[in-house]
Amino acid sequence: MYYRMDFLGRGSGLRDKFWRMSFTYIGLIILLALIGTITLYSAANGSWNPWALKHISRFVLAFALMLIMAVVDMRYYYKYAYWFYFISLLLLFAVEIGGHVGMGAQRWINLGLFKIQPSELMKIGMVLFLARYFNAITMQGIRSVRGIIIPAAMVLLPVVMIVLEPDLGTGLMVLFTSAIMFFVAGVQWWKFVAVGGAGGALLPIVWNFLHEYQRNRVLTFLDPERDPLGAGYHIIQSKIAFGSGGIFGKGFLHGTQTHLNFLPEKHTDFIFTMFSEEFGMLGSLSIIFINMMIIALGYLFAFRTRNYFAKLVILGLNTNYFLYVFINIAMVMGVLPVVGIPLPLISYGGTVMFSIMVSFGIILCMSVSQNSNISIED
Amino acid sequence: MSRIDEKSRIFGHRVIWVIVFNLIALVVIVSRLYYLQVYDSAKYRVMSDENRISTRFLVPPRGVIYDRNGEIIAKNEQNFQALLIAEQAPNIHDTLTNFGNIIDLTDDEQQRIEKNIKQKQRFIPIKLKDGLPWNDVSKILLNAPDLPGIEIDEGLSRYYPYADLYAHVLGYVGPVADKDKKDSPLYLVPGFKIGKSGLEKSFDYRLQGTGGTVKLEVNAYGRVMKEIERKGGKEGDSLTITIDSRLQKAAYEAFGDNSGAAVVLNVNTGEILALVSTPSFDPNLFTNGISYKHWNALLNNERTPLINKAVSGQYSPGSTFKIVVALAALEAGAINVNTKYNCLGAMDVGTTKFHCWKHSGHGNLNVIEALKHSCDIFFYETALKVGIDKIQSMAERLGLGQVLHVGLDNEKGGLIPSQSWKKSRYGTAWTRGDSANSGIGQGYVLVTPLQLATMLARIVNGGYAIKPTFIKPTDKQLNKIKRLDISRRHIEIVKQGMFEVVNGLGGTAGKARFNINGAQMGGKTGTTQVRRISMQERRRGITREEKLPWRLRNHALFIGFTPIDNPRYAVAVIVEHGSSGSGVAAPIASKILQKALLLDIK
Repeated sequence: MYYRMDFLGRGSGLRDKFWRMSFTYIGLIILLALIGTITLYSAANGSWNPWALKHISRFVLAFALMLIMAVVDMRYYYKYAYWFYFISLLLLFAVEIGGHVGMGAQRWINLGLFKIQPSELMKIGMVLFLARYFNAITMQGIRSVRGIIIPAAMVLLPVVMIVLEPDLGTGLMVLFTSAIMFFVAGVQWWKFVAVGGAGGALLPIVWNFLHEYQRNRVLTFLDPERDPLGAGYHIIQSKIAFGSGGIFGKGFLHGTQTHLNFLPEKHTDFIFTMFSEEFGMLGSLSIIFINMMIIALGYLFAFRTRNYFAKLVILGLNTNYFLYVFINIAMVMGVLPVVGIPLPLISYGGTVMFSIMVSFGIILCMSVSQNSNISIED
Repeated sequence: MSRIDEKSRIFGHRVIWVIVFNLIALVVIVSRLYYLQVYDSAKYRVMSDENRISTRFLVPPRGVIYDRNGEIIAKNEQNFQALLIAEQAPNIHDTLTNFGNIIDLTDDEQQRIEKNIKQKQRFIPIKLKDGLPWNDVSKILLNAPDLPGIEIDEGLSRYYPYADLYAHVLGYVGPVADKDKKDSPLYLVPGFKIGKSGLEKSFDYRLQGTGGTVKLEVNAYGRVMKEIERKGGKEGDSLTITIDSRLQKAAYEAFGDNSGAAVVLNVNTGEILALVSTPSFDPNLFTNGISYKHWNALLNNERTPLINKAVSGQYSPGSTFKIVVALAALEAGAINVNTKYNCLGAMDVGTTKFHCWKHSGHGNLNVIEALKHSCDIFFYETALKVGIDKIQSMAERLGLGQVLHVGLDNEKGGLIPSQSWKKSRYGTAWTRGDSANSGIGQGYVLVTPLQLATMLARIVNGGYAIKPTFIKPTDKQLNKIKRLDISRRHIEIVKQGMFEVVNGLGGTAGKARFNINGAQMGGKTGTTQVRRISMQERRRGITREEKLPWRLRNHALFIGFTPIDNPRYAVAVIVEHGSSGSGVAAPIASKILQKALLLDIK
């Protein structure tokens, strides 16, 4: 087996790599982070503290991390893909056993200096794992049941663990991203139909395993008026904020729903609501448009690269990002249940910021390494 | 084609589907956005405003009340409240302890404050003490550094400068109770006061004014962020009533410690110049909610300070009713000025013996002499002759037996019996004994002091049906006053009798006579039995009223007017358990009328 080990991909040149990155892509990312910063400034009633300043500082750090991730030799991702997956899985076990209790659920591992969330690592780990697996296996293997039974198990194991944390939203995101990867790898349509049917049949049983608050979230999603002062309060207030914002919005720092505290979680999950109240439909469409551009560029990178592993990695991470944006926006508008998924780069919160920037870094890396070839096939 | 190329080809096809899925999601999101922010925007805008805007009512200043001379008798005073805002006090307990060292708090108040601190949100002000006098306010302000979280709030509260003098006329204001009608949003404003009794109640709407509104922006916890809009209200209309405070005061003081009531009327207009009921109370106690201690003291006082005896007290008129009987008999032709009856001290009516108060008898006397001496036998005979129905008719024309609607609550109508009344009330026939009893104002007959004053005024003004009122009648209203169909000659006969009562030799109220610049008083005494002195008591030697316990003694009445020619003022006085109309009631009436003459109230 021959690897041309060259950590910084010297062959293509560090500077070369940098200049080959899509500056449009990077610019859109910076733009979103800046929108996030001014929105957090407004969320604190026109103050840099406690959120806006920290948000932009974190972004600067995460941006540096993204660049590092982008210039790393692509083959390292390939080489360490399984490792990444297994380490994430181990950490998931660790939180299951002795994780720090935060937000009423076990999601964190406290490393003293900072806390890590293994489920976030798993989102990336899963993509790398499946990309490498599908890169290695033959088309016949993909189309056989035996060829997909192992990766399916490797998907279900962490998904079940994440759901049990309990973090239903993240669990479903990992599951859905994986399903998309199975799909683009070429698994037959009927297998999805079969698995979907079986899953549907299992739904009542799953319902019984759900936590009370998770059931409430689903029920409240189906009928927000069910509990207008309790669980439904969030979504009703969020819809009022959207609706009263109208086309042009109430103006920066003038969102009454948010500044008078009618809207909960305005700096995290409901930040899109806050932005929409102040900047109206024009503002909401701008954020959607920027995200659409980022996602579209992701697809472009996936098409352009000739490397199959890179295609799968980009597609997987891009889907993951799409799910973040779609689920968050859909849930704050009352289209999906409130499952606690933040809006990347705009919502306040370090973990998602770093994990999404790492994703962007990997996507950039895959996109600039388009000509490199992973020649080894096991 | 390599394996990688085939996989890439499939990847390319499948990704198109994924992109289609993404586009569907995009359409869902954008259409939802359109629905919320454009299609349904108006609805959500209203909901957003309902969330953030809280409309509060501003209580308008209540109308001022003046007496006939423009003296303020009810006004709005600056009221200082001490409030505690819990969130501004670093240590609530310390603040309260320091406050308690400066201002005395009762146990009740302390309990209420502690309850409020537990229940209310920390930014809502809690009332510590209401109605603080200025020196307490300055004490609090001086010690402000030790009292973090305490604020002085300045508002308006009703104040009655004459305190107990006007309690039964003006009544008082108080907080809206659950049972009160709430037909104005003002009624829901905490701290809004309404008239609870007296003229404050009957003229409540006029005095209230119209409330302003203020729109406030509040946050999700109800804290006020800023004022958005303010609309001023209108102050309540002022009210001028017919009472003369100087006369009111004289009448009130004339009673001393006695329990009773007096009503003074201008006989030509019906204006109420004074109306007192004693003992009284301080209506200022009610403004901010009366304490249990004060309330119970008022409630349990056997002299009933809370009852307005001038309009709610119903008494047997006793001998004052003889004027009505005399007038009825004269008008009916049953007697004339020369008709005489012989009083032997007692007479038989049916099987019962009816006594005159003078057991030795008055001998032969006509109607004028009978009034002067208040002979009972003459009026037994007269009542029997004229019959109850004619007496009832005359009494009602003079204003007895009906509610006169002067605007005070619980005004009673009294009772003037008739044959049909007894039949329907008791199912038994009217007896001659009933007629005899009614002839001297005993038995079923009941009147209020206000009615007695009205009756007297209607007679001495020459038979004009004035209506007692607190509001000065306009000339137009005065011109509309009808004359009752009573002969002036008969009125003069009765007036002559009343002149003799006070000024004649041996008249029953001789001691009360006066002459102020030629103005003299006429009147009629009355003493009504509350309970007969029993045989056992007589044996124990209790033959005199004064030896009975207070509440068993006779009521004392007097009605009087002055001057004799062209009378101007009429007064009715009742002294509960005062024992003697001539000895107790007449001197009070005399003092009041003298004061009215001296004041020369026009």
